[in-house]
Amino acid sequence: MSDDDAEAAGGHEGAYWKANIRLLLTLMTIWFTVSFGFGILLRDFLDQFMLGGFPLGFWFAQQGSIYVFIALVFFYAWRMKKIEQRYDLDD
Amino acid sequence: MSTQTLIYIFVAASFALYIGIAVWTRAGSTKEFYVAGGGVHPVVNGMATAADWMSAASFISMAGLIAFMGYDGSVYLMGWTGGYVVLALLLAPYLRKFGQFTVPDFIGTRYYSKVARTVAVICLIFISFTYIAGQMRGVGIVFSRFLDVSVELGVIIGMGIVFFYAVLGGMKGITYTQVAQYCVLIFAYMVPAFFISMLVTGNPIPQIGLGSTVNDGSGMYVLEKLDQSLQMMGFGPYTDGSKSMIDVFCITAALMIGTAGLPHVIVRFFTVPKASDARKSAGWALVFIALLYTTAPAVAAFARLNFNETVNGTAYAEAPGWFTNWEANNLIAFDDKNGDGVMTVAAGDPFKGAPEYTGERGPAGNRLVSNESVTTNPNEVYLDRDIIVLANPEIANLPGWVIALVAAGGLAAALSTAAGLLLVISTAVSHDLLKSTFRPDISEKGELLAARLAATAAIVVAGVLGIYPPGWVAQVVAFAFGLAAASLFPAIFMGIFTKSMNKEGAICGMVSGLVFTFLYIAYFKLWNPDANMAENWLLGISPEGIGVIGMVINFAVAVAVMKLTASPPAEIARLVDSIRVPRGAASAQDH
Repeated sequence: MSDDDAEAAGGHEGAYWKANIRLLLTLMTIWFTVSFGFGILLRDFLDQFMLGGFPLGFWFAQQGSIYVFIALVFFYAWRMKKIEQRYDLDD
Repeated sequence: MSTQTLIYIFVAASFALYIGIAVWTRAGSTKEFYVAGGGVHPVVNGMATAADWMSAASFISMAGLIAFMGYDGSVYLMGWTGGYVVLALLLAPYLRKFGQFTVPDFIGTRYYSKVARTVAVICLIFISFTYIAGQMRGVGIVFSRFLDVSVELGVIIGMGIVFFYAVLGGMKGITYTQVAQYCVLIFAYMVPAFFISMLVTGNPIPQIGLGSTVNDGSGMYVLEKLDQSLQMMGFGPYTDGSKSMIDVFCITAALMIGTAGLPHVIVRFFTVPKASDARKSAGWALVFIALLYTTAPAVAAFARLNFNETVNGTAYAEAPGWFTNWEANNLIAFDDKNGDGVMTVAAGDPFKGAPEYTGERGPAGNRLVSNESVTTNPNEVYLDRDIIVLANPEIANLPGWVIALVAAGGLAAALSTAAGLLLVISTAVSHDLLKSTFRPDISEKGELLAARLAATAAIVVAGVLGIYPPGWVAQVVAFAFGLAAASLFPAIFMGIFTKSMNKEGAICGMVSGLVFTFLYIAYFKLWNPDANMAENWLLGISPEGIGVIGMVINFAVAVAVMKLTASPPAEIARLVDSIRVPRGAASAQDH
């Protein structure tokens, strides 16, 4: 997913694709952070905090990451619709 | 009315419903057979995707696995939900915009090559048959457990039902039966979960109950109490795992990416009217899946706690009713090693292998087993993990109709997944091999007939695999995910996000990813299972997680080969431009 591709397309389709890639990079970073980050790599650190009866890292691994996933997918659908309308490319 | 009668009534009613829907929605054209006419509402498709996705294993086995894996069970929870983020953001809308029927369609067109298409078909058939063999077995087991028939007869009944609506209705029939199946299975899962959460914590919402205090006046949190009781019995704490971090990381990643690369899941997103609907639909699918997947860890913890408290240290003569009921169904065994008639639960296996009942009863009244006792630990209780979901209604003292509902739900889960898999296999044969590769001049009617014949043949093969399961079936469910992650996902991803990837790169990438992953899994699971331990694994990654390395190899080989070979033709750049822009997707068809 390089910028060269986007420029080659030219016009507002190129700008649309760049906006899409920026949004994808942001959302995929959040996706990685809540699951692999909070649920796995940083779990031991987060487990010292409690969320009700859940150690926080454990909560992210078995509950929290899933809720964030749902939010990410709906946010992407909503945001892309806006971007498509701005560039007049919606379906 | 007896529970058994209720089970027959519930199961028969649900089957009548599925067949009724199949007759009502039967497919008249190849487009209806392959993608339900491309006009399915995103929420409806989301629900059908959820049923397609959640198999007998998700419904019956997952909570039990988590109950005994504790934190390590998170790999399934994150892996099998996080894949939908990858699918919704990186694949589904573009594949929908591309607008044909199958994954090999996309790979064959994007990489302008019949070889690429054929390699994709081989990957697809490999992945889907691995998956379906386990499903048909699951159908048989559910039938035999609840309907009192043999596993073989159960598989044949299941084949008959799936045959009816998959062959007749194609994707259109499957979509609407899957919606009905989702409703049955989620209701059957949630009702006992509410009650057991209420029983253990006083809060009916299992997701909240899991973080609440136990309802016994001790003021301790559920997880705290579970950790404590397990440690007293010699287990590790529930909220701590035993797998290494790198292994948890890789298994989660392989399951996520594999989910996004599974053909029977991807193809569901070809059925919605527009690219933007594919995004929304993936969100709805995730909502419907998450309902079960966030409930499962709660059910797991409650059931484990309940099991520890009601079984450990209890005399067999005073064992709870569900314990003796499921002992009679061969899923529980008590091996009274110290002869005191009191059940001791501890870490380790009570005896070697699955229980072989002798038909006699011990002094305490328990069914005796002929297995050789393991004397290095005090554990005396054998528990099949499926118990966690199956015995829930009894543990929560729910009436017989709830047990009947769980039976219908387990069957719905197994049948919906089997039907979805059969459809992608038959489509691959009739559309990708016959129509697009060997017999391009075949008529629409001929192709539809071929699709139905292929579906029939696939059902028979799957049924035979279910009745005579090769020893490896249970071992290799991880195959499907690892292979999908290592073969199809990178080819589709690069096909959308780069214009420079060419056919040579994509083909070499798919083949090397598939071969590497297959050999690694086969070595540890089939050829040399004794060596299957952490010291021997590459970088400490188990066969379940190796698909991630296969994927990295796929990407690396593809890029290296691409640099050495000719660029793709100019029309490919135009094709990629067109799939990246949502406007202009084929409009919906009437239903």
